[in-house]
Amino acid sequence: MAKDEFNTEFKLVGTRPNRPDGLDKVTGRARYGADMTMPGMLWGAVVRSPHAHARIKKIDASKALALEGVKAVVTRADFPTGLTGEDWNLQENSMAGDVALYDGHAVAAVAATSALLAQDAAALIEVEYELLPHVIDVDDAIKPDAPAIRPGSADHSVPEGFPPNVVRYIDYGHGDLDAGFAAADLVMEKTYLTEATHQGYIEPQACVGQLGADGKGEMWVCTQGHWFIRQMCSAVLGLEVAQLRVTASEIGGGFGGKTMVFMEPLSLALSKKAGGRPVKLVMNRAEVLRATGPTASASMDVKIGMTKDGKMTAGKAVFRMQGGAFPGAPVDSALDCAFANYDMPAVYHEGFDVLANRPKAAAYRAPGSPMAAFAVESLVDEMCRELGLDPVEVRLKNAAREGTKASYGPTYNKIGLVETLEAVKAHPNYAVPLGPNQGRGVASGFWFNYNGDTAVSMAIAEDGTAQVSVGTPDIGGSRASLAMMVGETLGVPYEHVRVNVVETGALGINEPTHGSRATFATGKAAVIATEQAIAEMCRRAAVEWDIDPDAVEWIDGAAQPAGPNAGKFPPMKIGEIAGKMSTTGGPIAGHYEGFPDGVGVSFGTHVVDVEVDPETGHTKILRYLVAQDAGRAIHPAYVEGQFQGGAVQGIGWALNEEYVYGEDGRLQNATFLDYRVPVASDLPKIDTVIVEVPNPGHPYGVRGVGETGIAPPLPAIANAVAAATGQRLRHLPMTPVKVLAAIQAGQDG
Amino acid sequence: MVEINLWSGLRRFTDGELVVEVEADTIGKALDALIEKYPGLAPVIEAGISVAVDGEITTAGRNIPVRPDSEVYLMRRLKGG
Repeated sequence: MAKDEFNTEFKLVGTRPNRPDGLDKVTGRARYGADMTMPGMLWGAVVRSPHAHARIKKIDASKALALEGVKAVVTRADFPTGLTGEDWNLQENSMAGDVALYDGHAVAAVAATSALLAQDAAALIEVEYELLPHVIDVDDAIKPDAPAIRPGSADHSVPEGFPPNVVRYIDYGHGDLDAGFAAADLVMEKTYLTEATHQGYIEPQACVGQLGADGKGEMWVCTQGHWFIRQMCSAVLGLEVAQLRVTASEIGGGFGGKTMVFMEPLSLALSKKAGGRPVKLVMNRAEVLRATGPTASASMDVKIGMTKDGKMTAGKAVFRMQGGAFPGAPVDSALDCAFANYDMPAVYHEGFDVLANRPKAAAYRAPGSPMAAFAVESLVDEMCRELGLDPVEVRLKNAAREGTKASYGPTYNKIGLVETLEAVKAHPNYAVPLGPNQGRGVASGFWFNYNGDTAVSMAIAEDGTAQVSVGTPDIGGSRASLAMMVGETLGVPYEHVRVNVVETGALGINEPTHGSRATFATGKAAVIATEQAIAEMCRRAAVEWDIDPDAVEWIDGAAQPAGPNAGKFPPMKIGEIAGKMSTTGGPIAGHYEGFPDGVGVSFGTHVVDVEVDPETGHTKILRYLVAQDAGRAIHPAYVEGQFQGGAVQGIGWALNEEYVYGEDGRLQNATFLDYRVPVASDLPKIDTVIVEVPNPGHPYGVRGVGETGIAPPLPAIANAVAAATGQRLRHLPMTPVKVLAAIQAGQDG
Repeated sequence: MVEINLWSGLRRFTDGELVVEVEADTIGKALDALIEKYPGLAPVIEAGISVAVDGEITTAGRNIPVRPDSEVYLMRRLKGG
C-alpha cells in the first residue's frame, strides 16, 4: 500500500502533546528501581570475582555471618541444579559455579539490615581462587590454542575441528560470488575492528525481591520486560512461573541491556534464605560496567566489488564477535544487517560467535547492526573515494527497494531507504561548505524491528475516559504514543486516556520493550482492543435504539446510525454509553493477546560534518543530520528524540567508548570518569528528518524507530574523519590518540 | 507443496539442499515436515528460529498460513535491543 493510500486526517496522530510522565519525572515523584522500600526489607551486596578466569576453590562466609544484622549468605550451592541451555547460562552468569568466568562475575551474595552492613559483610567473605589462563580479545580467543573457556559448549552449528571457543557458526548467502567479483572494476577487502561498549543507561540495575518458603514471591524491578524477569528468575531458581509477581518500576534507560537478569535472582535467593524478608539490591556503576551486558566486540573482514560507475556487484562479510563467556554475541543479526541496504546480485556471510573472559553480552540497540554498518559502510565510502564517486549517489544506485531480494534472503515489502537518501541530499546540511581539517561523512543503516508476544487490556471508565493496561515498560514515550493511538481510534482527547504499565499478574505474557516493538506491537494490540470496546459500545447503542448493531457506526467518540436507513437518532456519546454501562450489560472493555503481525523494517541515513584538530587528534562534531523512515510518527517529538539518542550513542561508540582491559584481564575503566560517554558539551544540535513511508502492517503505519539510528553514526563519523584527515581509521573508537597517530604517521589506523 | 529456503549452514543437515519442498499450509506444519524429512534440523529449529513469509519475519506464529507460492525463509532467531 503506498503512503498516499493511508488516511492522513488525524486529530492526535502526528501532534506533540505533553508527555504523561512529565510531571512525575520533573518533580522527582517518579519511582525508579532503587526507590522502593518495603517493611522488614534487607539490603543485599554481591561478592564479585577480581579475576578474569579462576577456579573457586573455597568460599568462607563465617566472618560475615558472625556480624550482627547479617541475615543470609548465598552461593551457587543455594541454587537448583540440572539446568540446561540458556537457563543454565543465566544461572551461571547470575552466580558462578566452579569457575569465575570474568572480572566482576558474582561468586556470593549477602543480605543484612543496612546497605553499609551488607557491603562490610561482603568484604568479609573469603574466596580462595586458583587462577586460570584467560583470553579477552576476540581475535586471540578464536585461535586454536586459546585458553578453552567452556569446552563442550559449542552448539550444533559448529563443525568438528573448529577452535575451542567458537560456540556458534553461521554461513549463508546467495548468487555467484566469484562472478560478481569478476564483474567489478574495483574489488577492495579490509578488516575493521570495534570494541565492546556499554548501553550506558543512567539508572543502574535495582530491584527488591521477596520469596517465601512456599515458593510465592514478588519483585519490584527496573527492567525493559518484567515477564522476562519473571520467567528467567523462575528458571534460575526453580520456581513456578505464575507464583512470582513482578512489577516494573519507571526506567532510566535500557537500550537492550535490561532485557535479561543479572543480580535479580540473587535478591530472591537471599530473601528465601532470610526467611522471606524482602531484599533490595542496587548496583553501583562499577558493577554495571563489570557485570551487566555490554555489547560484543567485533573483528570483521569485508570485501566488496564495484564497477567504476558505482554499481555493487558482490559482497562478502566474515565477522568474528565475542559476547563474553557465554554464547550470544549478535553475529547473526550483524551479518543479516551487513548488506541489507543494498540490492546486490551476490552476497556471502560467515560468522563466528566466540567466547572470551568478559561479562555476558546483552542486547544493545539494533544488536550487531552498528558494527556491521561500520565495516560495510566504511568500505563503501573507501571505494567511492577511490573511484571518485558521490557517496549518496552510489547508495541510491544500489539502494534496496520494494521487491529487492534482501541480502539476508526474503524480498522486501514497502521500505523507505531511498526516501532517506533523497532527504539528506535535499537537506541544507549537505550543502554547507567545509573548511580546513573538516570532513563530511555519509552512511546508511538498517534494523528489522520486531513484534513479539503481546497482551493488552483496555477498559472504558464510568465517565467515558479510557484506561489501557500494557506490559511493555515505557522507555521512549510509549505511554504517550499508545494514548494517542487509542484516543485517535476512540475519538476522545489524548488527556482522556491513561496508559498503565501493569504487573505480571494482570495480563498474559508480554515480551519486553525491545526490538523497537512497543509503539508498533503494543500499539497495534491497543488499537485492536479499542476496536473491540467500540464494537461493544455500538452494540449497546443499537440495543437502546432497537436497531441492528451493524447499522451503528462510531464517529468522533460517539455511536451514530450508519446512514438514513438505520433510523434517526442523535449521536450517543461515549460518556453517555459509559455512564449507563452498569445497567446495559456491565463493564465495557477490549483486549488483545497474540503476536501482532505486519512488522515493517526501517532504514536511516546520516550525514555528519567533523573538524579534526591536527595537533591533538580531537574530533569535534560540527553538525549532524539524521533522516530515518518512521513509517508514521505518532508523536514526532519522541521520534526525533529516538533519532537523536541513537546518534548520540553512536557518536560515543565511534569516538570514545570502549572496554579497556589490563594484561590481567581486569576491566580498567569501570566508571563513567574513565568510560567516557558523550555529554552535552560534546554534541552539536542534531537535525532530524522524519521520513514517513507508512508500514501497511500497522493501523497507523508505524515502524519501530528506536534502534536503526545507532547503526549509521559509526561509519558516518569514520568517513568524515577520513575526509578531514586523509587517513582511514578502521578500529573504533577513534580516540584522539589513534587519530593523532594516524595523522602523524600519514597512515591509516 | 511450499518451498522453504534455508541458510547455507543447514546444508549439512539436508543432504546439501538449500531449498526444500514440504507439504504444509502453515508455518508450524512446514517446520514439522522439515524435521520429519531432515531430523538433523530438529535442534536448530528447537533452539529458536525466525521465519520470513513473503518478506515478513516472525519468531512465532506456527499458525501463520503459507501458500504454494509463498516465499518462505528460515532465518536465525531475531532479537532486538
